[in-house]
Amino acid sequence: MTAVVRANDLVKCYGGFTAVDGISFDIPPARCIGVLGPNGAGKTTTLRMILGMTPMTAGSLEVFGLPMPAQGRAIRRRIGVVPQVDNLDPDFRVDENLEVHASYFGIDAATVRARLPALLAFANLSERRHAKTDTLSGGMKRRLTIARALINDPELVILDEPTTGLDPQARHVIWSRLMALRARGTTLLLTTHYMEEAERLCDELLIMDHGRMLDRGTPRALIRRHVEPEVIEVRSGDTADFADFAARHGCRLEAQGEGLSCYAEQSAPLLAYLQRHPALAYLHRPAGLEDVFLRLTGRDLRD
Amino acid sequence: MALDWTPPRPGLGAWAVWRRNLRVWRKLIAPAVVLNFGEPTLYLLGLGFGLGAFIDTMNGMPYLAFLASGIIASSAMTTASFEGTYSVFTRMKVQRTYDAMLATPLALDDILMGEMLWCATKAAFSAAAILAVAGVLGVAGGWQALWALPVAFLIGLCFAGPALVVSAVSGNYDFFNYYFVLAVTPMLILCGVFYPIEGLPAAMQAAIQLLPLTHAVALARPLVAGLPVTDVALHVGVLMVYAVVGLYVALALTRRRLLV
Repeated sequence: MTAVVRANDLVKCYGGFTAVDGISFDIPPARCIGVLGPNGAGKTTTLRMILGMTPMTAGSLEVFGLPMPAQGRAIRRRIGVVPQVDNLDPDFRVDENLEVHASYFGIDAATVRARLPALLAFANLSERRHAKTDTLSGGMKRRLTIARALINDPELVILDEPTTGLDPQARHVIWSRLMALRARGTTLLLTTHYMEEAERLCDELLIMDHGRMLDRGTPRALIRRHVEPEVIEVRSGDTADFADFAARHGCRLEAQGEGLSCYAEQSAPLLAYLQRHPALAYLHRPAGLEDVFLRLTGRDLRD
Repeated sequence: MALDWTPPRPGLGAWAVWRRNLRVWRKLIAPAVVLNFGEPTLYLLGLGFGLGAFIDTMNGMPYLAFLASGIIASSAMTTASFEGTYSVFTRMKVQRTYDAMLATPLALDDILMGEMLWCATKAAFSAAAILAVAGVLGVAGGWQALWALPVAFLIGLCFAGPALVVSAVSGNYDFFNYYFVLAVTPMLILCGVFYPIEGLPAAMQAAIQLLPLTHAVALARPLVAGLPVTDVALHVGVLMVYAVVGLYVALALTRRRLLV
């Protein structure tokens, strides 16, 4: 199968700052691919380059086998975009937003009218189709933006942090819509800061930092590759003795303020120790993507 | 960052942008009509009759006719200038409408061309309103006056050019004060809208030949008054140069602003 996106040594510099530092990857069709990375990792810049909205400094990029930026218009004709910041047209109602956006694709009015009911139903907005855009809740706006991204029946949908700022109900609805899209064979490429979202939705993840690709794999493979299977977080109490004990048992330790995260292959001896020392409050859980993320990109704040 | 001086290559998508603006404008038609008919009517009645009582004729035509033809040109200028600054900036920066458009097959070339056509359309509409008022007041010189409409469209294209340039470099709405105080208002005062430029000092007359409104008035006035038009190629040429150069520079600057 040919890749939907194929990037080769992609570079983007702003003056002396390198936002994307020579990344190569391909996006296979009909999959959901997530891009993870701290703020400033180069995720949005990479997505913008795929759309031709950011000129690349070096490297090459093919989308649907067509060269970007030379074939930018033809490529964007087959892509749907859900941007990080809402840019619905506030001068228009819900249905008008879809109609006007369709006109940018050169889709004629009769075709749009035929597509509208299904799109509105998909976004759970049929009842609100005549509502002014600025009267919609955050979740409705997001759903409308997703419906808008589907107006041209795209083969690839690019979503930049699709559920940021939404409540759990709204987020679950978006997830189910995205799963439905993927089931239809649409390729999804999304960025997110939510590990749960990445783990639920994505077949494969690309982890980026400082403009470089750190690793790529399924959520399970990444967890297996980078962190021990079990985590014990000791949250309060005198952790010094426990740290010594855990270190002797070959655990990897990470201090976090007052607490201590202990990554273990075998948790049984540690749990036995904690049973004997009830003053230590702890949480025992399986390792997850967040552990991988923090291991690969560090715990320093990125503002 | 270096500017991308690839020449504009707008396509049919420009009309999609134009239609989007038309569709919004249709929702706001009532205040638009009040503005477009009300303001020139006040000018014509107030200045035309007030000043006209002291001035019998000017350049061989009744002062009301002189003023009406000048205001058609100046109104096309201000209409296109406001649309090309405040409204364009709102869509480009505040509402992020251009971001949404750029995620479709539209290119920035189409977007700015569509904006320019829209500025010109609004300019022609404002001219039509004034022409209607002038016709009712009996100062239009026959059917020839309808040529003022395509001329107003051209004036709109002309002033959309610099306005788009100003929008491309503007950080906020207040920045437009510079453009209006330093460029638009001086032209309104100096370029022959209210009085013949022949009365100005020679050096000043030469200088204002560089300003587009002078040429806009030189086209619109004889057309509205029913007199022969002279130097058509020169006047049209100057207006076109401002439009084309303006679009080109605005495109390079807007690419630097948005395509980063």
